[in-house]
Amino acid sequence: MQVPAPVEYERATSVDHAIGLLERLGGSARLVAGGHSLLPMMKLRLASPEYLIDINDLHGELGYIRVEPDEVRIGAMTRHRELLESGELAEVFPIFRDAERVIADPVVRNRGTLGGSLCQADPSEDLSAVCTTLGANCVIRGGSGERVVTMEEFYRGPYETAVEDAEMLVEIRIPVRPSGSSAYEKVERRAGDWAIVSAGAAVWLDGGLIADARVGLAAVGPNTAGLPAVSDALRGREPSEELYKQAGALAAENCSPVTDMRGSAEYKRHLAEELTRRALRRSVVRINERGWHAGIHDRQR
Amino acid sequence: MTTTDERPAGFENNDHKPVGHGRMLRKEDPRFIRGKGRYVDDVQLPGMLHCAILRSPVAHARIVSIDTSAAEAHPKVKAVVTGATLTGLGLAWMPTLSGDVQAVLATDKVRFQGQEVAFVVAEDRYAARDALELIDVEYDVLDPVVDVRKALDPSAPVIRDDLDGKRNNHIFDWETGDEAATEAVFASADVVVSEDIVYPRVHPAPMETCGCVADYDRIDSRLTLWSTSQAPHAHRTLYAIVAGLPEHKIRVISPDIGGGFGGKVPIYPGYVCAIVGSIVTGKPVKWMEDRSENLTSTGFARDYIMRGEIAATRDGRILAVRTNVLADHGAFNGVAAPVKYPAGFFGVFTGSYDLQAAYCKMTAVYTNKAPGGVAYACSFRITEAVYLVERIVDCLAYELKMDPVELRIKNFIQPEQFPYRTKTGWLYDSGDYEPTMRKALEIAGYDDLRKEQAERRARGELMGIGVAFFTEAVGAGPRKDMDILGLGMADGCELRVHPTGKAVVRLSVQSQGQGHETTFAQIVAEEIGIPPADIDVVHGDTDQTPFGLGTYGSRSTPVSGAAAALVARKVRDKARIIASGMLEVSVADLEWVKGAFHVKGDPEKSVTIQDIAMRAHGAGDLPEGIEGGLEAQICYNPENLTYPHGAYICVVDIDPGTAQVKVRRFVAVDDCGTRINPMIIEGQVHRGLTDGVGMALMEMIAFDEDGNCLGGSLMDYLIPTALEVPDWETGFTVTPSPHHPIGAKGVGESATVGSPPAIVNAVVDALKPFGIRHADMPLTPSRVWDAMRGVPRPPV
Ligand SMILES: Cc1cc2nc3c(=O)[nH]c(=O)nc-3n(C[C@H](O)[C@H](O)[C@H](O)COP(=O)(O)OP(=O)(O)OC[C@H]3O[C@@H](n4cnc5c(N)ncnc54)[C@H](O)[C@@H]3O)c2cc1C
Repeated sequence: MQVPAPVEYERATSVDHAIGLLERLGGSARLVAGGHSLLPMMKLRLASPEYLIDINDLHGELGYIRVEPDEVRIGAMTRHRELLESGELAEVFPIFRDAERVIADPVVRNRGTLGGSLCQADPSEDLSAVCTTLGANCVIRGGSGERVVTMEEFYRGPYETAVEDAEMLVEIRIPVRPSGSSAYEKVERRAGDWAIVSAGAAVWLDGGLIADARVGLAAVGPNTAGLPAVSDALRGREPSEELYKQAGALAAENCSPVTDMRGSAEYKRHLAEELTRRALRRSVVRINERGWHAGIHDRQR
Repeated sequence: MTTTDERPAGFENNDHKPVGHGRMLRKEDPRFIRGKGRYVDDVQLPGMLHCAILRSPVAHARIVSIDTSAAEAHPKVKAVVTGATLTGLGLAWMPTLSGDVQAVLATDKVRFQGQEVAFVVAEDRYAARDALELIDVEYDVLDPVVDVRKALDPSAPVIRDDLDGKRNNHIFDWETGDEAATEAVFASADVVVSEDIVYPRVHPAPMETCGCVADYDRIDSRLTLWSTSQAPHAHRTLYAIVAGLPEHKIRVISPDIGGGFGGKVPIYPGYVCAIVGSIVTGKPVKWMEDRSENLTSTGFARDYIMRGEIAATRDGRILAVRTNVLADHGAFNGVAAPVKYPAGFFGVFTGSYDLQAAYCKMTAVYTNKAPGGVAYACSFRITEAVYLVERIVDCLAYELKMDPVELRIKNFIQPEQFPYRTKTGWLYDSGDYEPTMRKALEIAGYDDLRKEQAERRARGELMGIGVAFFTEAVGAGPRKDMDILGLGMADGCELRVHPTGKAVVRLSVQSQGQGHETTFAQIVAEEIGIPPADIDVVHGDTDQTPFGLGTYGSRSTPVSGAAAALVARKVRDKARIIASGMLEVSVADLEWVKGAFHVKGDPEKSVTIQDIAMRAHGAGDLPEGIEGGLEAQICYNPENLTYPHGAYICVVDIDPGTAQVKVRRFVAVDDCGTRINPMIIEGQVHRGLTDGVGMALMEMIAFDEDGNCLGGSLMDYLIPTALEVPDWETGFTVTPSPHHPIGAKGVGESATVGSPPAIVNAVVDALKPFGIRHADMPLTPSRVWDAMRGVPRPPV
């Protein structure tokens, strides 16, 4: 049995209570959500916080998925499993279900949360890639109120985010745009393993042309990052295999993988290309499959 | 001799209760399924303390100083022990299973990352672990030897400067076969194919890590040790020799064991630390290693770098096989193998083929890595041997453009050639290979698969079909040839029938999940007709069982299983004499029908084994010269090893865009001779096949250039899950062993041995369009992608 160092523990009863505790205890305290990243690090003694503030009782307050016409809002305590099972979410953003199917295993998904995933800021983290792909905004709350940052602002480096010591992530907000769909592709060495490389894509069509598109990659750089060059190359073009290929090549060019036990940098670069193509292709297929229904829906809007 | 019967049709109810061999549920499972197993970590004793071990953070360094004062000042710490303390007790070094010595706690240098440096005994596990951080060790870091190929360079740092006069990292050279005869065959052969083949370092990774509870009674000078041991009797003797404790004052108990796979054969420093901890504190001490400690410090397996060569005629008659092996043994030579077999049973690299010559030369070296080389489900290096021959035969098929099945069948040892003496001296007891191969082909639908493959290839899809055929040598002894540190590899067994006809059988081997409590009850039931439910199996406690060498190398059924059958026959012989008295006829006039004797020609006149048991313990007269009671004891010394065989076929699909391998189908036809409980056999086969998927596709203990272990957690050292494996398709043939009393051959390791080559052969076959003849394990997507681009890389 791997055992952590001594730690004080308190359960927060509300977001304000949690923030109050963070303010009082300062940098020696850490929030624990699902615990699936933090506890393994504590057991390996890679992390030894003096205080743990358990926010699982805030699931009532922060565990939700609200799908509104222009925006989807997801609470930070929403569990992987809830993201996986939400039909409403899969309807607007099928990328979530694609990703959740291949994140960890059911035991981890039962507890692990959206907030914990994003705040862990692991460069291989899948939900971060999903949120990057969808251009999500992060709502951070502290003693003096809330602020909203983009994913680009949120990530400051590997394992480092814009969330300050006495703050917490409470929600992410994702804009909903018409005639769009999304997809997620991941290659792993084994089910439940972290990605060798993952790629998310989101595409919005207008009259058969790409109105906008975004691609987000995981495990090929210091953070999951959007690829503006890919978006620029896709906008205004008609979807085609040739175009996906170009986009894939751009994705491969614009990432910075390193060789490790999961694979060589060369192979990862190849995957960035291959998976970008696949995710774009699947996104467009999904829009077209929904075509008739979505068309009506869009006209009504 | 061979039969090829099917699994009984319409076998819905698995829980038949055969009085003897046959399919039945495992007697031990109710307690496991209900969480009532009792493992070492479940042992709680009053006043028990906890031990934690400080390990080296670096691969090679001289210890300059160790300061334990802060740890000793921790309020919950009871003792801190270093190599210096142990030197005072004469316990700093201990013998390994292969004639080397290993540091219990480092005294001079640390020689691998994770090596034991000091230990703490404290009131609880947490305090013990916390106190490790208070020990201050100053290291003078030395260059490590990580690349085994450079271990013998004259400039390589000498790892074992503790050994008198040691000036290099050489451990041993070993050879088998006839070098000159093999060279002659190679020189005149039409075709010679050679290939560099690596079997990477892997780890048994049992679900339960290693650990023990040591309880030393100072008044009585008695040591009780609950430990994760696959060989409690051998361990007891070794503790007596190492620690100088009298053997009759030591009791080793292996309770339920959560998997061993060879990893629980050696004695690890941790066990000795706990014993010392108990001696110095006078309290029971528990030591349970954590997952990282298990993966980085206990016995690894494999790590052979092999060059395989095969010589053949142009029409596919295999003439000879030759191999050169560089074996990485880590920092101490801790191979678990019979003393006269430093390379285990690697000599069976001649496979299942009738050859004219064979030769192997091996060099073993030290490196700055964890010691071991355990019989990880490989019956002593047979895994490496079978992988080598089955890979090189496929390379030959590739060069000859011959179907790999046809090539194998053409070269099989023929049934009439058994017993067959191989060119490396092994005497294969029995075998009938072609029916086993044909059965696998039939289950797989081999010809259709090849057609499908051709169609898919035409569409640019990557489908591969891999075939492997293995012969294993399992069940060590015989004792005259095989011993571990002087202890002959034989096994005892004791059977007592109680007055009411229930029985207890006591084994010298120990189950780590193989289902001994069921199988051995069935073996005895078959011989004396008492139902398995009425037979208790006692094992794993040196105070309760006769001496024997334990469970590994698939030896339980071949050795201890034979002992159980023979002891039951001995009891039956006595029962026959008592029956003759009861029925008032001569023994020659009695006929045995399972469970009862009756008078020949008069089935009405009969006594059951239960009647006889009561008589044996009763007040009535017994035939002249017969003592009361109905029990017997024997020690079985096998006359030869047994040689199970099998034909495995694997079908894989590879995603051409991502290079991910999916095992679509796997057909395993095993011949382990007489089948005692087919359900348990299938369970063993399923486990081994899953293991094979792990080794072939994902498992490897890797090191960086500084000698840091990169496989220290199950996030880094991957083992397969249900999602990586297909529905196993199993079949069997039965070729009994001629010398085993019930013809059984052992099956515990067959699937682990046979599946890696089948899977690798399938992947390489799928990559044929890329001109690939060989690619090394583990075939992770990245490594398969390398192969697809024509640059397959060795893993080390
Ligand atoms: C076996 C295994 C396999 C996994 N495989 C994958 C995988 O394939 N892909 C993948 O993406 N992930 C994987 N994970 C990670 C998993 O998704 C985790 O659940 C996730 O990374 C963290 O979520 P959590 O709720 O458990 O966070 P915790 O471990 O509780 O917290 C993580 C960090 O975030 C901080 N934190 C948590 N919530 C907040 C908040 N609301 N505001 C501010 N800070 C917060 C904590 O203080 C901590 O520093 C795996 C984990 C395991 C154990």
